[in-house]
Formats: sequence, C-alpha cells, structure tokens
Amino acid sequence: MTQPPYKAPLLESPLHSRTAPLCLGNEWTRWGGYASVDTYLNTEHEYFAIRNAATLFDLSPMRKYRVSGPDAARYVSRLVTRDVDGLRPGRVAYAVWCDDLGKVLDDGTIFRFGPDEFRICSQERHLCWFLDCAIGYDVNIEDVSERIAAISLQGPRSFKVVQALGLNDCRTLKPFDMTHFDFDGGPMTISRTGFTGDLGYEFWLASEKAVSLWDRLMEAGQAYGIRPIGSRALDLARIEAGFIVPLVDFMPAGEALRPSRGRSPFELGLDWLVDFGKGHFVGRRALLAEKERGRGRRVVGLDIAGNKPARDALIYAGRSKQVGAVTSAMWSPTCKRNIAIATLDRPYDTMTEGLWVEIYVDKERKWEKAMAPCRIAARPFFKPPRRSATPPLDY
Amino acid sequence: MSAAFDVIVVGGGHNGLACAAYLAKAARRVLVLEAASDVGGAAANREIAPGFTVSACAHLLHSLHPKVIADLDLTRHGLSLSASDIPTVALDTGGKHVVLRRDQVMESLTAHSAADAAALPAFYRRFMSYAAVLQPFLTAVPPRLGGGGRQDRLTLIKLAWAVRKLGRQEMREFLRVIGMNVADILEEAFESDLVKGALALDGVLGTSFGPRSPGSVFTLLYRLAGEAGGLRGALAHPRGGMGSLTQALASAARASGAEIRCGAPVARILAEEDRTSGVELRSGERFAAPTVVSNADPRVTFLSLLGAEHLDTGFVRRVSNLRQRGLVAKLNLALDGLPSFAGLKEADMGGRLVIAPGIDYLERAFNHSKYGEYSEHPAVEITIPSIHDRSLAPEGKHVLSAVVQYAPYDLKRNWDDAREAFTDLAVETIAAYAPDLPRRILARQVVTPLDLERDYGMTGGHWHHGDLALDQLLMLRPVPGAAQYATPLPGLYLCGAGAHPGGGVMAAAGRNAARQVMAMEGVA
Ligand SMILES: Cc1cc2nc3c(=O)[nH]c(=O)nc-3n(C[C@H](O)[C@H](O)[C@H](O)COP(=O)(O)OP(=O)(O)OC[C@H]3O[C@@H](n4cnc5c(N)ncnc54)[C@H](O)[C@@H]3O)c2cc1C
Repeated sequence: MTQPPYKAPLLESPLHSRTAPLCLGNEWTRWGGYASVDTYLNTEHEYFAIRNAATLFDLSPMRKYRVSGPDAARYVSRLVTRDVDGLRPGRVAYAVWCDDLGKVLDDGTIFRFGPDEFRICSQERHLCWFLDCAIGYDVNIEDVSERIAAISLQGPRSFKVVQALGLNDCRTLKPFDMTHFDFDGGPMTISRTGFTGDLGYEFWLASEKAVSLWDRLMEAGQAYGIRPIGSRALDLARIEAGFIVPLVDFMPAGEALRPSRGRSPFELGLDWLVDFGKGHFVGRRALLAEKERGRGRRVVGLDIAGNKPARDALIYAGRSKQVGAVTSAMWSPTCKRNIAIATLDRPYDTMTEGLWVEIYVDKERKWEKAMAPCRIAARPFFKPPRRSATPPLDY
Repeated sequence: MSAAFDVIVVGGGHNGLACAAYLAKAARRVLVLEAASDVGGAAANREIAPGFTVSACAHLLHSLHPKVIADLDLTRHGLSLSASDIPTVALDTGGKHVVLRRDQVMESLTAHSAADAAALPAFYRRFMSYAAVLQPFLTAVPPRLGGGGRQDRLTLIKLAWAVRKLGRQEMREFLRVIGMNVADILEEAFESDLVKGALALDGVLGTSFGPRSPGSVFTLLYRLAGEAGGLRGALAHPRGGMGSLTQALASAARASGAEIRCGAPVARILAEEDRTSGVELRSGERFAAPTVVSNADPRVTFLSLLGAEHLDTGFVRRVSNLRQRGLVAKLNLALDGLPSFAGLKEADMGGRLVIAPGIDYLERAFNHSKYGEYSEHPAVEITIPSIHDRSLAPEGKHVLSAVVQYAPYDLKRNWDDAREAFTDLAVETIAAYAPDLPRRILARQVVTPLDLERDYGMTGGHWHHGDLALDQLLMLRPVPGAAQYATPLPGLYLCGAGAHPGGGVMAAAGRNAARQVMAMEGVA
C-alpha cells in the first residue's frame, strides 16, 4: 500500500493520549484541524454529569493569541466592539470582533494578564486578521495555541475537585476572574469561565504538563463523579446557557460567500457588547449607521410548545408568513422546556404571540409535520444560582 | 482652537493648489500647507546651476485639463506654452531617426517603413476614439461600487453608453484591447521596431509595467485622452518650466483668497469625535478646520498622517497593499551648448527625443527592475526645453531634462551609493546618440525614486502616487472606500494623484476633489 502524503489527517491535542483510550464509542469531530471527542460513549450521561457532578472537556484546540506591547490595550480596544479599558488585569471578558461592515467575524474571550498583556481565545483561526488590525500599533501578536493546553472543569461539584487538588484560593474567584498557580514547576492559570452556564473553571498551562494535570483532575474527581465529556454534551449545555455559536447560529462574516449573510452584534442580540463611547474600533461607523437605521433581524431565544426538538425548523408569523428559522434546539431535561435559539426578521423579533414553528418529526422513519406555537423567551434558559455564587455553593 | 479656515489642504502640489484655488473661488477660507520650501511637488523647477533652471521632475504637458486652465484663468496668472504639438523623435543608433506627431505621416516614417506610414493614421484614429470614451471620466467622480445612489448609477450608465456609442464592432474591439498589453497591440499594427518602441513607451512611462504587462494599453489610452495646447494627444512645453504652471496655480489660489504656507510639513491630521478637526505641523503648531483635503499620497495620508486607529482594518489592509513602487528617475543637465545628435535635424532637436528602439529593448530594460536592479540600457525621454525658452539658461547655453526608466525604488544597492554610477549610465546612454554630450555638461543632477520619496513626499517615489493599473483605477482608485475623494473619516478628502484620475500634470484630481468637498461640506 502506498503511504498517504500526510502523517495524520487531523492533529492530536496534547491530551490525546488520555482522551483517545476513554473515547470508547470512537466518535470524533473536527475542531480547527484537531481531532476532538464528540461523545466518549453516551451523550446523555455526559450531559447529566455537567448538571449534576463534574466534567472534563479538552479545550486545547482552542486558538490562543498572546497580545503584548505598549499599544496592547489600545489594540484590543480597536479590535473588539466592547470596552476593554474597564477590564482589569486578572479579569476575563467575552467579546466579538467585526469587519469593516460591522459584521461579526468571531467571538471569543479576552484574558487580561497585565496592563500591556492580553490573551484572546477563539474557536477559529484569526492570526491574519489580528495582524492586519495591528498595522500602525506597537504590539506583538503571537499564536500560542500549540504551546498552551486547556482543560475545562465544569459542573456543580467542580469546586470540590479544585479543592481536592489543594487550590483553595479559587474559592474567591468570581465569574470571569482568573488567578495563577504553580503547577509542576510551571505557571498555570485558572479562570472561572466556561461554556455550560454552570459553575466551572478553565485551566491553562504548558502543553507538556497537560497530561499530568488531566490525571490529577481525574483522580481528584473520582469521589465527585467526574467524567470526561465530548462536544455533543457540551453543546446541549450551551444551548441551555443561551450561548450562540458561529457557523451554527450565524455565519461568521469571514466565511460567508453571500455578503448578506454577515451578522452584526445587534442582529446577534449582543447590543451590550457594543460601546460607541470608547473611540474608534473596527466596524464602528457601519454599526452606528445600523443603529440609526435599525437592525434587520435578531437572534432570540424561543420557548416551544410540546417536547419535539425544533432543529432547523422554519418560523412563521401566523400560518404562512416565513419570518425566521431555528439554528439550535433541544428538549432541555434540566429546565423541562422545549427551547431553541432562532433568528427572526424585524419586526417579528418582538412579536408576543402568533409565532409558529414548523417541526418535522421522525416517527420511526415516518415523517410528520407539526406546527407548534412558540414564544420569545429570555436567555439563558437555565440560570442556577450556583453559576455565579461566590464562594461556590456546596454540592 | 477656533477655526480660521474652512478647509486645510495638506500639500501644495499642482493638485493641491488646483483644489485650493477652486475652493477659494467658491468663497471657502483655505489654507495650503506645503512641506517643501516652495509649492509644486513633482511639478516644480530646480535651479541646477546658477542661471540654469529645469523642470525638476515632470517636464512635458500632455494632460493639463483645459477646464482647469479656463476656470482658474491660468493664462492671466502666467501660464503659457513655449512650444506646443512638439514631435516625438524615435532615436535610432544608426542616425535614421523617425519623427512621429499624432496621426501625421512624416517623411522619415515613410522612408523608414512604408507599411507603418500607411498604418499610422488608422491606428491613431482608432486609439483616439477609444481615448475619447475615457475622456469624460477624467472630470467625473467615479461611481461607488454596490449600494450606490442615483448619481453613481448615472455615471456607470454614461460609461457603458460611451463604450456602446463606438458602434458594435468597435465596441468589441475596445473591450478586447483595453486589458491587453501594448506590445501585442503594436505588433498587430506595425512592423518597425523603432516605431513600436517609441509608441510603447507611452504605455509604460511612469508605471511599473513592461510593454508586455497587461493593462499597458490602458495607460497609453489614458495619455491620449489628455490634451495640450488645444490638441488631443499632443505634447507641449510650459514656458518657464513646469514650475511656472504651479506658480500660476498658486497665484490663482491666492488671488481668490487662499493662504499658502511653505516649509510647513504636516505631521498629523487631527480627528475629534470621528471627524477631522485640523492638522498639526511637525513644529507642533496646530491649525483648526472642519475639513482637511490631502494632496499627499494615500499611504502617507491614511497611515502616517491620520493613523490606522481611525480606520477599519479592511481599509487599512487595502491601503497598505497599494502597489506603489516607483521605477523612474530624472536626469537634469546644465550644458554649455547644444549637444549634436548624429543625424538629427535641427528642427527636430526641440522635440521629445526617445530612446526606446524596440519592444524587446523596453522589456529587457524592465526585466532588471523586477530584481531590484536598474536597467543596463534604460529607456529615456529627453527634452531640451531651453531651445524654446531662453529664460531657462544663459545665452548660448542649455538645459537637458530626461526621464530615465527603469530605476526601481527598491534597488538592491543603496541609491545613495549607486547615484554616481547610475548618472554615468544615464549620460552614456544618451551619449550613444550624442557623443559630445559628456563634454558639454556643466552640472548634472539625478532625482532617484528614493529622492522622490524623501524630497517630494511621494511614497515609493511613484509618479502616480500608486500604480495606474486596472485594479487601481476609477472606482478602485486608490481603494474602495476612498474612491470618491471622500474618505471613511468624515471631513477628510483626497485630492492628489493617488485619487482618480491619477497622476500626470492634469489637475483633474484637485478639481474633482474640490467639487466633491463643495457638494458634501457646508460653509462654516
Ligand atoms: C520623474 C518624473 C517625471 C514626470 N514627468 C511627467 C511629465 O513629463 N508630464 C506629466 O504630466 N507628468 C509627469 N510626471 C508625473 C507628475 O509629476 C505627477 O503625477 C504630479 O506632479 C502629481 O501631482 P500631485 O499634485 O498629485 O502630487 P505631488 O506633486 O506629489 O504633490 C504633493 C505635495 O504634497 C506635499 N506633501 C506631502 N506630504 C506632506 C505633508 N505631510 N505636509 C505638507 N506637504 C506634504 C509634497 O511636498 C508635494 O508638494 C512625472 C513624475 C516624475 C516623478
């Protein structure tokens, strides 16, 4: 047999030696060129561990960019739509960045390490854009993705696991706080962040030390029902948390071929992330014009009658006028609600009644169409007190 | 900082001056700030030895827009021509030079090639009809791409109509040739290398093309779209050198009330609340005005003077990727008498003498520039303006002015080290046709592309402030988002060669920009 011209079709995360043997169902997905576990064995078990115990997710394929230098703060402020002046060292912020037309390129989290040092984390690769944004700025931008591994520990009992590791100082961490420890003779950052809308922490450290940390977390978590989770279970948790995902809930402007597919922060319902008062940032003029004109559509949460998940369903005002579509949907076992994230055209995004979802239901290979009434609902759908309680609640 | 001016024009090149004059005429209070010690930019004079004055860079008029001359009454302000409709002489090493002047068939051409003599008038007529399509657009604001308004659509329709008017067959031919290279077109029409070389030069002069580069036909058409001394496609000498034209423009601007300050380099264009508020000089002195018009090239304007922080990233990327690599140097000589060009009639000495004996000669000369070298055998455009204009040199003496191409800005050697060797080479190249030239030189001066950047503020030493190529033209010039003179920053406008319709001493960019400012900005 001839050898393929490549060594491996997908890259392996620094934790591959730990995740692969546990991935009994051998269900993988692609994430930024990496093989990432989709489901270890059973999505439901993994999901319920997120809501009831503690879970580990290999976050290493996340792209991580170090931004440093005298203009670092000015640079980040130019890059993203929100204010970062108010972001103190030791804090993390969710942000989006836009193109010239004010359409969102991606979202991510910004970690402020010091007055002149940040780290930006995102699902997809953005080095070219970040470098272009740096023209005229005294700033250094470095892709440190390969050097830094990340593990997400999420679930009501995650603080117990942290404690078992002896990292008691995390007790005072509020959501979006971060702190630093020494781990095996190297630096480790722990942030109280996550994608589950639950209590949870993310660990960031040198790739070589990732396996050792994973082992210690798994060991410390034994007593708390810890279990590794794949992206499928995580996706259920994030829908309940009301988070949107690029390429799922909207087309990132850099990927869209049709110019009309780009979405502004206003259209994504992220108005609170746009700060017009901070001076110029990329897309500002276009966004200001949009604000005056009014957005054309909006991402909303939906409560849908019945219990049939409304995946990819079209939405109607009355029985026939198509006014939007569902982009993420699930029956939420925790909320006991049939929830969805959808995009609705204006002015239907503020309609209080008369919205219908057209759901196709597979009854053992027999398809039926159901029209279910729905209502616009506030996100997050699931918002337990433990998500933000500091110190963490006892579970 | 209270605003004493409505408009500040950064740069007193011919476009900046024209823009200032139009605005002042429309009762705007205008201040022109020029970095150099005198106005003119690349359209200025230089005294290269006591009593010897020469056009420092640009030396021939072929495109100065007649509307500008009339609107600003430039004749009254001192503009005149010392010679008009001067011929182009294709210099031949064997002394059998061919004289060309628009569509006229001269004896020397018939003697050289009867076939080419027969082909010239039809070729010229056809190209002039194509040039006529472009001509109206020199003074129009280019349409916006996508989502434009009525005016934008109207301009596009006019362009389409102008092409359609050529007739079905000629329209097809126009669309065929427009993106072609000038070598292929000339090969189709002519047989003589000398003729093809001389005509091809107009397709590549001031560009970063060789005759076989696509788009060089367009540059040729662009040149033919201009006029001088009332004749399309003609060449003329401004009396007193190119500097006298910019002095006339300055005088017209001042007469309408504009204030002009030289030796006033602008360091920053200031913005407040997302709008221009004035400028700051390198000295720290500030001037306030709600509107700022920049005659500096787009890269300088956006990236150095304004700063990327006021602009979006896609726009900044487009500006930083503008192709703007100058390939032209200028040789200026003071002579103690007329050099003798072997075989050249005295009557033709006052013409434009070109060394471009063939397409291959030009293409080879171009090759060097791709690799950071200057041509071993450059193409040269020579004029001896003192033949027509005794004010330029002492009695019996002369000045010679020559554009030497290709001399790349990004020379592998340092230009300051290569200067003498390059000057020798340029002189020797001409001396191959006029052997007594070296003996007659009293003073010599070379303006390299690096000098153009340092002394004239032209990034990359580029003649047009950015290549005049198909992807950097009309609504793409200099880049989408700034192609209608207005820029993404409210209150900031472009008026120089980097804007539509580009460089050459045309003054159209300055005029069009002034009109756009008047349309968009109220009076304070
Ligand atoms: C060697 C050479 C030969 C040429 N020959 C011909 C020819 O024969 N015929 C022809 O038609 N064209 C010719 N050209 C082209 C022509 O000279 C230019 O295209 C034209 O002069 C450009 O005019 P402009 O006013 O747009 O810009 P410029 O002439 O470049 O003027 C810009 C002005 O802005 C000033 N400026 C820049 N930055 C600042 C600042 N920060 N503060 C204050 N002031 C500033 C500069 O000092 C300059 O005076 C030639 C060009 C070159 C280089």
